[in-house]
Amino acid sequence: MNPLLKLSHVSFSYHTAEGETPALSDISFSLEPGRFLAVVGPSGCGKSTLLSLISGLLTPEEGSISLSGLPLKEARASIGYMLQRDHLFEWRTVYSNVVLGLEIQNKMTPERLKKADEMLETYGLSGFRNARPSQLSGGMRQRAALIRTLVLEPDLLLLDEPFSALDYQTRLSVCDDIYEIIKKEEKTAVLVTHDLSEAISVADQILVLSRRPGRIQKEVPIHFDMEHRTPMQTRSAPEFQEYFNLIWKELNTHG
Amino acid sequence: MAELSSAQQRFMKKRRQKLRTVTLVRILIFLAFLVIWEASARLHLIDAFIFSSPSRVTETFLSMTADGSIFRHTAITLFETLVSFLLVFAVSLLAAVLLWMSKPLSQILEPYLVVLNSLPKSALAPLLIVWLGANMRTIIVAGMSVALFGSILTIYTGFLGADPEKAKLIYTLGGRKKDVLSKVILPGSIPIFLSTMKVNIGLCLVGVIIGEFIGSREGLGYLIIYGSQVFQLDMVLMSIVILCVLAMGLYQLLGLAERLYRKKGL
Repeated sequence: MNPLLKLSHVSFSYHTAEGETPALSDISFSLEPGRFLAVVGPSGCGKSTLLSLISGLLTPEEGSISLSGLPLKEARASIGYMLQRDHLFEWRTVYSNVVLGLEIQNKMTPERLKKADEMLETYGLSGFRNARPSQLSGGMRQRAALIRTLVLEPDLLLLDEPFSALDYQTRLSVCDDIYEIIKKEEKTAVLVTHDLSEAISVADQILVLSRRPGRIQKEVPIHFDMEHRTPMQTRSAPEFQEYFNLIWKELNTHG
Repeated sequence: MAELSSAQQRFMKKRRQKLRTVTLVRILIFLAFLVIWEASARLHLIDAFIFSSPSRVTETFLSMTADGSIFRHTAITLFETLVSFLLVFAVSLLAAVLLWMSKPLSQILEPYLVVLNSLPKSALAPLLIVWLGANMRTIIVAGMSVALFGSILTIYTGFLGADPEKAKLIYTLGGRKKDVLSKVILPGSIPIFLSTMKVNIGLCLVGVIIGEFIGSREGLGYLIIYGSQVFQLDMVLMSIVILCVLAMGLYQLLGLAERLYRKKGL
């Protein structure tokens, strides 16, 4: 199968008056459609930079990124990006937050708006359609933020520690939630996190990055022997601990 | 609403009492001030010709109400203030947007804005009269000059304070800088607009009065200067009282707008 996303020898540094900070160095990997990739590494290893590069917000200084075989700039496939915090605007209702992307891209067609309504319905937010974001729980806010990204029908979904602002208990259930939604909508996803167990619980493939400047230290394929895995179930699977130890050692020996 | 517990009822009662006391003391201070002023004038402790008295102020007010002249002067000052207030808001919003859109522009203009903002604007008023003539346009420009630069700086700084992650969100949704402006910066800055407006209305009034002092035949500022020149201090004090009421009314109006926004949102 052709990879949806392919990075070859990508490097990037930040430049300020104080000097140059290399963030990523020689990153190459590819991701097939429908797969879930998790990127882990110590803080400051350039994980978020990686997502900014893939999304086109930043341009690599060296190397190239392609989407479905085309360079990023010409790619027709679209990318959805979910940031650490939900950033729902308090001056908009939940519904008008969800359609913000459609509004910006001038895609407020009846079909798309219908889809937005359906997704609110499916994911238990239709009762809060006209509520203000502050009336939602942390998990509901995160779901609303995900719907905001998904109504744009992205081919590739980037997740930048989307659960890190939640308390632990909410975090586990929202992670299950979001995972279900992504699988149901058959999206390809890249998750960046510093939470090792979170990465193992959702990913088909894990990239371990080294300390700054981030390089790929190891690529670990993840496989669980179950038919319909959920993040919660994988946490209690026997393989989980093995993967955890393997990656933990990897992070600590070289990192 | 649910039945309040007795502790809550007691708390609410105490709170009401405290608020009532505050209002009561406020009114008492005002009345005491009037009584002492009037009494001192009648007992010749102060010279009523120079210091006037509440009754003389009222008399002047009534006689000027009778010929309608006070309404004309007040209306003119009010009109000039409102026009310069609205212009200040429009111009400073536009200027702040331009500064925000162009980083180089804001870097280049920053020292000029800072100087213009800290300059005592009353120093400009005589110049304005010479340049623009003694007419209403000059008065309105004088009113604007006092508030404008501070207003630009406050609004621009408010724009810069917006969360950069929210801007990033707009970019990830495929938006451009103009979308950041219309979806994040402007709607997010409404509280700043309202608080800036509350400051501006008072400053515009100051500027308008300065303008009227030196280049006008009408308005409360003119009455104050005219009254002091012909030693009609009753007229001066009356104008000042009307100015107090005007300033308070305008401020309250904007305060009301702010409370409405807090309660309802947009």
